[in-house]
Amino acid sequence: MDALFTNAFLVAFVSGTIAASLPLLLAGLGEQMSEKAGVLNLGLEGMMLVGAFCGFAVALETGSFLLGFLAGAAGGMAVAAMMAALCVALPLNQIVVGIALTLGMQGATSLAHHVLYSRTFPRLPRQPEVALPLLSQIPVLGPSLFTQNPVVYLALLLVPAAAWLYRATNIGLNLAAAGSKPAALDLAGVSVTATRAFAVLATGALGGLGGAYMANIGAGLFVPFMTGGAGFMAIVIAMLARGRPAWVLGGALLVGFATSITTALQVAGFNIPTDLVLMLPFGTIMLVLTLFGRRAGLPAALGLPYHRGAR
Amino acid sequence: MPEGTGAATTGADRGLDVPLVRLSGITKRFPGVLANDEVSFDIRPGEVHALLGENGAGKSTLIAILSGVLQPDSGRIEVNGRPVRIASPRDAIRLGIGTVYQHSTLVPTLSVVQNLMLGQRWWRPLGRAAALARLAELSALLGVRVDPDATAGSLSLGQQQQVEIVKALWRGERVLVLDEPTSMLTPQGVEELGQVMARLAARGFGIVFVSHKLQEVLAFGHRVTVLKLGRKAGEIPPARLSALSPAEATAEILDLMFGRGAADPEAPRRRASTIRADDAPLLEVEHLSAGEGAVQDVSFTLRPGEILGIAGVDGNGQKQLAEALAGQLRAEAGRIRFAGRDITRLPVARRHALGLRYLTDDRLGEGTVGGFAIGTNLVMKRVGEPPFWAGGFERPARIAAHARELIGRYDVRTPGPEVPIATLSGGNIQKALFGRELSGEPRLLLANKPTYGLDVANIRAARDRISAAAAAGVACILISTELDELLELSDRIAVMYRGRIAGIVGNGPDAERAIGRLMVGGA
Repeated sequence: MDALFTNAFLVAFVSGTIAASLPLLLAGLGEQMSEKAGVLNLGLEGMMLVGAFCGFAVALETGSFLLGFLAGAAGGMAVAAMMAALCVALPLNQIVVGIALTLGMQGATSLAHHVLYSRTFPRLPRQPEVALPLLSQIPVLGPSLFTQNPVVYLALLLVPAAAWLYRATNIGLNLAAAGSKPAALDLAGVSVTATRAFAVLATGALGGLGGAYMANIGAGLFVPFMTGGAGFMAIVIAMLARGRPAWVLGGALLVGFATSITTALQVAGFNIPTDLVLMLPFGTIMLVLTLFGRRAGLPAALGLPYHRGAR
Repeated sequence: MPEGTGAATTGADRGLDVPLVRLSGITKRFPGVLANDEVSFDIRPGEVHALLGENGAGKSTLIAILSGVLQPDSGRIEVNGRPVRIASPRDAIRLGIGTVYQHSTLVPTLSVVQNLMLGQRWWRPLGRAAALARLAELSALLGVRVDPDATAGSLSLGQQQQVEIVKALWRGERVLVLDEPTSMLTPQGVEELGQVMARLAARGFGIVFVSHKLQEVLAFGHRVTVLKLGRKAGEIPPARLSALSPAEATAEILDLMFGRGAADPEAPRRRASTIRADDAPLLEVEHLSAGEGAVQDVSFTLRPGEILGIAGVDGNGQKQLAEALAGQLRAEAGRIRFAGRDITRLPVARRHALGLRYLTDDRLGEGTVGGFAIGTNLVMKRVGEPPFWAGGFERPARIAAHARELIGRYDVRTPGPEVPIATLSGGNIQKALFGRELSGEPRLLLANKPTYGLDVANIRAARDRISAAAAAGVACILISTELDELLELSDRIAVMYRGRIAGIVGNGPDAERAIGRLMVGGA
């Protein structure tokens, strides 16, 4: 047991938790916005994959991590634009379109990877980190928590920013109305289509950013299917968060913790079958769902296309 | 156009002769229907203009044109004497016309003040302080009290409507259109609404009050316009209305609605009792409790051919009592005996098969599957049973024949049994449901608010249907919030108050007063 709790191990463990949580946090915050506005965005996994691929490809070509992240967000938004066109503007069934987009993007990114990188398997160099002054001097927590890529700080800042957006702005009111009673929003003179499209595009940007983080920071390379269900986990986290951004952070950290402990246990040489250990994050999600799923309190119009005049 | 020139006290007679809004010659066609035919309608400051007519008379179309939801095919709209076009709800608001729609437009998950702030440009700050001030100002004007931070969905229907009125006047609108505002309210809520309308009229607002209830129109309206089959059947100006006695006014309006000499469909009359004295009780309810306190210690008996009315302000456990009797809600204590047999633990289907039929008040929600054909809905409670199913397979010809028979017998107006039931009007859906519950061998009809939301003709049809059932020996429980309905049909009337039966009153000349006392919790 003693060997398990060395400083080096703890630093690796905490930064592992953050690395695993961050894509979930970004994607979860995005999904939460869509769900608030009444769109169940099952294309999230596809948006994250495209974000991961675009982010990696651009960072590799330009050598710029900033451009890589911007490309990741743009890639996610491009998929989200399809989702918005099909499910918000037309509007078609969100579940069917969402699943189709995820499956389609899994294929598209795998194909692109096969064509471009399957022979060379390029890697990105290690990313620049920003150590926060003073805070990074704290033992264990300093090097693990406060020495991170700027995207981490951005994602953490998004939590209070989203909470403020929902609580104190007209955009927040419009999103809530679009998800709870779109007809009321329409009568108030605000376009339900525009409100929902905005939410879906924001989801795409955040999901794409999360994917780019996975590829560029987490792994340093792109492999097909690399998101491995993170998009779906983010959807579950967003559903359980009942519209509260802080709860998304909590959920993402919980799953990140389970993922990280998987690695940690393997490193520590625990004699547990790997397959069992790898199931831990999914088991956590299922446990959380059984415990809290019934009280998810989702918006009334979630998943329902809005047609003006139909009751 | 008749003009008020007498000595009445409304704004129109004080010389404010330019109407706030004037509709003239409004015509609107829908495929196959002339919904509005050359209708003219004025809204004057300081006046409650009641718009009366049966379902389908064109009231809703006229309101939709006034609030910008629909565009007229021809006709002229003037606001403050200037011709205008109301192309959208937003235009209507800009022109100072605020509308309270029949269906709630509040977002149930948002607070009252958030609902009121909804609809600003997205880049603007919320301006919560200003909104709170405006809310306080309008609540004072209306004489109501609203908690700005209460979630809209947690308010009573009456309070929600007050918020809707505040919302309709939010941007300084001077015209308030209320589309059937009393249909969802308790008697007390209706009373409060009447006071709010009177206050607004006294401050010079122009109010349109749509209703199909004569008594409300007489109680709250200054001017009355009657629509019939899309045409304006007539208008009674304030001077004339205030000169008439209530009975004369009633007679005059009925003449306009139904032609000369029609009897008041709302006049109290009592059905002759059809109980056979020697019959044993069909239903015995002993100390029944259900719904976590919603129904507490309820006991009564019911004989074949008897109608037991259940009165009470809405929400005092009537619905839970009905569901417990129908088997949809588990009895937590007590016993239910039906035809001498203990049915307390029997499931819904078994009770139905025994002849206990529940006519729900939620016609579209639990009464029907809207997208299914009428024929299918009519056998919905007998799925799998012969003769409509054989060996697990549906027999469409039998189902359709059964449907055609019930459609004919119960006068359901529909193109055919294959039409989705949700396309029918409320009155016709109710007729179909009566057909379904009374087919086979009914022994007890449990009717929950059977005339709620129906127009005069369909209310009549539903009430006749219940008395006919009782005359045929079916025991009936009639849950209603309409006192005159209970007085017309019931042999005895039980009053529910906070989940208990506060008392059971034999129907007779003194019943009304006794029920009134029990309804508000008096002994």
